[in-house]
Amino acid sequence: MEGGVVYESGLNLKATELRLGLPGTDESEKQTTFNIRNNKRPSPDTVEDCGSSGSSDDKHGGHETAPAAKAQVVGWPPIRSYRKNSFQAKKIEVETGIYVKVSMDGAPYLRKIDLKVYKGYPELLKALENMFKLTIGEYSEREGYKGSEYAPTYEDKDGDWMLVGDVPWDMFMSSCKRLRIMRGSEARGLGCSI
Amino acid sequence: MREDRSDMSEDDERASPSDLSLATEASSNKSRSCSVSGGGGGEYVSPYPDQVLENVLENVLLFLTSRHDRNAASLVCKSWYRVEALTRSEVFIGNCYAVSPRRVIERFGQVRSVTLKGKPRFADFNLMPPTWGANLTPWVTAMGESRCSLEKLHLKRMSVTDEDLKILAHSFPSFKELVLVCCDGFSTSGLAVIACKCRKLQVLDLTDDEVADDEVDWISCFPEGETCLESLIFDCIECPINFEALERLVARSPSLKKLSLNRYVSIAQLYHLMIQAPHLTHLGTGSFSPSEIVAPGDQELDYVSAFAASRSLVCLSGFREIIPDYLPVIYPVCPNLTCLNFSYANINAEQLRSVIRFCHKLQIFWVLDSVCDEGLQAVAATCKDLRELRVFPIDASEDSESPVTDVGFRAISEGCRKLQSILYFCQRMTNAAVIAMSKNCPDLVVFRLCIMGRHRPDHITGESMDEGFGAIVKNCKKLTRLAISGLLTDRAFNYIGQYGKLVRTLSVAFAGNSDMGLKYVLEGCPMLQKLEIRDSPFGDSGLLSGLHHYYNMRFLWMSACRLTRQGCKQIAQQMPRLVVEVINGDAEEEEKDDYVDILYMYRSLEEPRGDAPKFVTIL
Repeated sequence: MEGGVVYESGLNLKATELRLGLPGTDESEKQTTFNIRNNKRPSPDTVEDCGSSGSSDDKHGGHETAPAAKAQVVGWPPIRSYRKNSFQAKKIEVETGIYVKVSMDGAPYLRKIDLKVYKGYPELLKALENMFKLTIGEYSEREGYKGSEYAPTYEDKDGDWMLVGDVPWDMFMSSCKRLRIMRGSEARGLGCSI
Repeated sequence: MREDRSDMSEDDERASPSDLSLATEASSNKSRSCSVSGGGGGEYVSPYPDQVLENVLENVLLFLTSRHDRNAASLVCKSWYRVEALTRSEVFIGNCYAVSPRRVIERFGQVRSVTLKGKPRFADFNLMPPTWGANLTPWVTAMGESRCSLEKLHLKRMSVTDEDLKILAHSFPSFKELVLVCCDGFSTSGLAVIACKCRKLQVLDLTDDEVADDEVDWISCFPEGETCLESLIFDCIECPINFEALERLVARSPSLKKLSLNRYVSIAQLYHLMIQAPHLTHLGTGSFSPSEIVAPGDQELDYVSAFAASRSLVCLSGFREIIPDYLPVIYPVCPNLTCLNFSYANINAEQLRSVIRFCHKLQIFWVLDSVCDEGLQAVAATCKDLRELRVFPIDASEDSESPVTDVGFRAISEGCRKLQSILYFCQRMTNAAVIAMSKNCPDLVVFRLCIMGRHRPDHITGESMDEGFGAIVKNCKKLTRLAISGLLTDRAFNYIGQYGKLVRTLSVAFAGNSDMGLKYVLEGCPMLQKLEIRDSPFGDSGLLSGLHHYYNMRFLWMSACRLTRQGCKQIAQQMPRLVVEVINGDAEEEEKDDYVDILYMYRSLEEPRGDAPKFVTIL
């Protein structure tokens, strides 16, 4: 059964497919574990013979193999990521991101995602499925995530645990504090029809 | 800030090229003396003269603390070697792969304190995959099984798992001190076990570690009742902690002298902790800003009096999310401060000036470049006793507009004549300013200048930075550590080889023209121990010029240079005691092109390590 769901905006999922860079397929996982290493070492002949002329034009612009926007070199300047992130991460969080922790029953460690990255529930659920390698299935107002072993739940501002999908997406984004993917057996209570 | 942990710093005291020969002594010296010491038997046997000598020696050697002195003593003869090994309680291992745990334990049975260093420093900047190695597991397992009474463990750039911490906590009942610097692989669960099981714990010092958040309330795991805690440093932990539990912990830790909070501790919470612990000498203030939810009564807290009451405070750090309005509350402690770390505090020149004008005794100062040249001028005007300065960039990218330049640099050199160590990130520098510093600050031991834009010349003359760095090695006769940057030709390396006779650590990036550069250094610097080079045009011929010296070095790192596999293999063949690792920085197994991605080689007494991941090839 398709589209028995009610969401705010009509979404053409294919058209809005986002490249999230979250670990999912092996390919993306390899990328994310080391996705900062975009530095293809400049081939030896681009490291020019600087010579003694030392002209006044700034040399550092001339060695890139990348076009106009200069590619950042990995590990340069030599500042530990922790320190770099201390100033960047906050900026990003405040200006653009809503980061929430995601836990899954039985998984040894938690993940963190940025809710702002998703346009709606389908993307979010897809991302969670990819992240934890499971199927959550489709939401129905009456039966929750029936048919799936797992149910995505979230803790809202009041500290209550809610089923993901019940409230409009925007309301969800502003009230969600953290996510928990519950085992089906525990979640059944939430999904039960009245 | 490691002003009192000299053994963790990258700047070792004296070189010990004899380490290798010491250990080969060990393998040939299998027989232990059948000494008449202790044990049973009621008969009195007149001790041999040798035995008397050994007993005397044992007592004398107990006073010998420096490892360099001990290394020297152990070379005198077999007897001295044996006694020294029995009486050495602190063992320092600069490269965890240079020697095996078994060998260390066999030689130094009475070890109480172990210092281990793992990954090469360039690993901090993501130049190689994090799974390269430096695992603590074999060490902690071997030491646990040997039943040695380990009390202190200092680790730098090691991979530590929660399981390792568990073994540690369960194996050593007298364990007192755990210091982890730039380590990763463990979580709050591991900390919980340490807190819970190490009843004699005095020091738990976590600096620049990556600690995963397991959502375990490790602070609550410290046992009830009075603790022995003297130092609790956890500013690098990126997850909230149970404040109430922390408050109770501090209240029942009468010996606590050093406390460093993470950024999840608000300024109001800091206040409550400070009034519980007025005898602190070192304080990391946490966020130094109010939490989002302001509790009733927080507004009226008298922060100034809390600081005024902390009469023993000499070292202040933290300020992770500082609201500059709160800065004045630290004024009362400023006149006593010998070290101040503002390197996470986004403050401007005026705000810095308001504080620094009171800091006459300051010796160690870390700051962000947000304070601009004017801020540095204020430092230069007041801090006449300054020994160490580090200026970090708030925007660490190549094209950033760095607000500190040669102007601030020169001001520092003119005001702080006793400077011994400097780390300075900037975009604009001149040879003149560097030359000025070389003349004004002759006591410099550590000189690290990072001009962030690659290959940047002198921004006024357009020349290379050769002359500036040349002046540093020429005039600073005590220099042991050097990091160079900017536009540099082989001439700079010529200067280093010619004048840098005491240089032990050299960091090179995007510099030089040809193999001559590398040759100059390898042939000219007899004390060189640690050489790390990236993105410089040095090839096999340069590499081969160091064969005479590699056994005296702790390691050589060369990444994105012009080394071929053949060249590296030649080294490996000619030097059996060197482990030559060729590493693929992308964690792939295939070689991308003809040049080696990363060469990391180091002397070792052991066979090449068996735990190397697939992207590492040992030649």
